[in-house]
Amino acid sequence: MNHPLAESYFRMDKLPHIWCPGCSHGIIMASIARAIDRLGLDKDNVCIVSGIGCSSRAPGYMDFNTLHTTHGRALAFATGVKLANPKLEVIVISGDGDLSAIGGNHLIHAARRNIGLTTICFNNNIYGMTGGQYSPTTPTGDKATTAPYGNIDKPFDITKLAIGAGATYAAKVTAFHVTQMDKYIESAIAHKGFSLVEAIAVCPTYYGRKNRKGSAVEMMTWLKDHYIDFKVAEKLPPEKREGKELMGEFINVDAPEYTALYDALIDRLKD
Amino acid sequence: MTDKKENLTIHINQEWCKGCGICVAFCPKKVLAIGENGKSTMIDPDNCIKCGMCQMRCPDFAIFLGGSDS
Ligand SMILES: Cc1ncc(C[n+]2csc(CCOP(=O)(O)OP(=O)(O)O)c2C)c(N)n1
Ligand code: SF4
Ligand code: SF4
Ligand code: SF4
Repeated sequence: MNHPLAESYFRMDKLPHIWCPGCSHGIIMASIARAIDRLGLDKDNVCIVSGIGCSSRAPGYMDFNTLHTTHGRALAFATGVKLANPKLEVIVISGDGDLSAIGGNHLIHAARRNIGLTTICFNNNIYGMTGGQYSPTTPTGDKATTAPYGNIDKPFDITKLAIGAGATYAAKVTAFHVTQMDKYIESAIAHKGFSLVEAIAVCPTYYGRKNRKGSAVEMMTWLKDHYIDFKVAEKLPPEKREGKELMGEFINVDAPEYTALYDALIDRLKD
Repeated sequence: MTDKKENLTIHINQEWCKGCGICVAFCPKKVLAIGENGKSTMIDPDNCIKCGMCQMRCPDFAIFLGGSDS
């Protein structure tokens, strides 16, 4: 028998995928399909859009309307799709490089407009596809092909960046915390307005090797041991919060959605 | 997917398994292992609680709970 999720929502002739052993991208991609399944969405009513990167290969495997576009521009293409057909559930898959380096401007403006797109960032803190260059989320001091002596940049917190720019739903989660990931992705898709789920991912091949982080299992164990929900963290004494990374649903508010405002404007001008 | 839990059993697609060990490491009952061929294998089916965590964390659709008759 075949994997039930794969059979229902993936292009079986394109599987197995080409991602490295233990790469988190497959975990996050499956979580998106489970969220769509639980929401009971019609496959023809879903459009998955990506840019370029290892993560951006996901739509090639997913059996929906799919668009594999150019590096950094997934949100620009998705904005066009959503404006042309606001009834579609448009889900953007984007790496940390794709979304916050070359595509950073599209991210802040999609968030600012509160357009009803769901963005899932596969954040592995590195450019995987091109061989391990540092990205805007590579932690200070960490190594990359382009930072052999350690990165001197300060990293972006993509979740905070999106909230600052106007996102009305934003959550952070890790590839270890799959139950929460399913829940946040489901909420993000159901949300009316710009939503972002930042999924912290492991790239054992480049980020892991360059920073001697060990195997995929060791990297996942690190996520398990270090990430805690910010609501739990708030109740902890300072010494127990030390060294912890925060995840959770950071914002979930209602605000007018862009395509609805746009349609209302057209209706107003018709009279 | 609507099957009752008692009728479910772990299936491993050894052709798709990349041997990353994630299912083995995080199985709450430690009933999986990496076999001699470098792939995931069930070593203690009686103690599998069918929680599905291996299926959710496998990056490769290689391990899943499904009907026991096939
Ligand atoms: C315009 C343009 N610039 C640069 C590249 C080269 N390039 C391809 S993927 C990529 C970055 C990938 O990193 P990320 O988005 O974090 O995804 P990952 O591969 O880590 O999943 C770059 C720089 C490109 N394809 N197009
Ligand atoms: S290079 Fe990194 S991001 Fe790309 S498939 Fe391999 S592990 Fe995943
Ligand atoms: S279903 Fe649960 S107990 Fe059974 S093998 Fe998978 S993770 Fe282990
Ligand atoms: S998690 Fe999946 S790919 Fe990794 S060892 Fe287990 S079955 Fe194989």
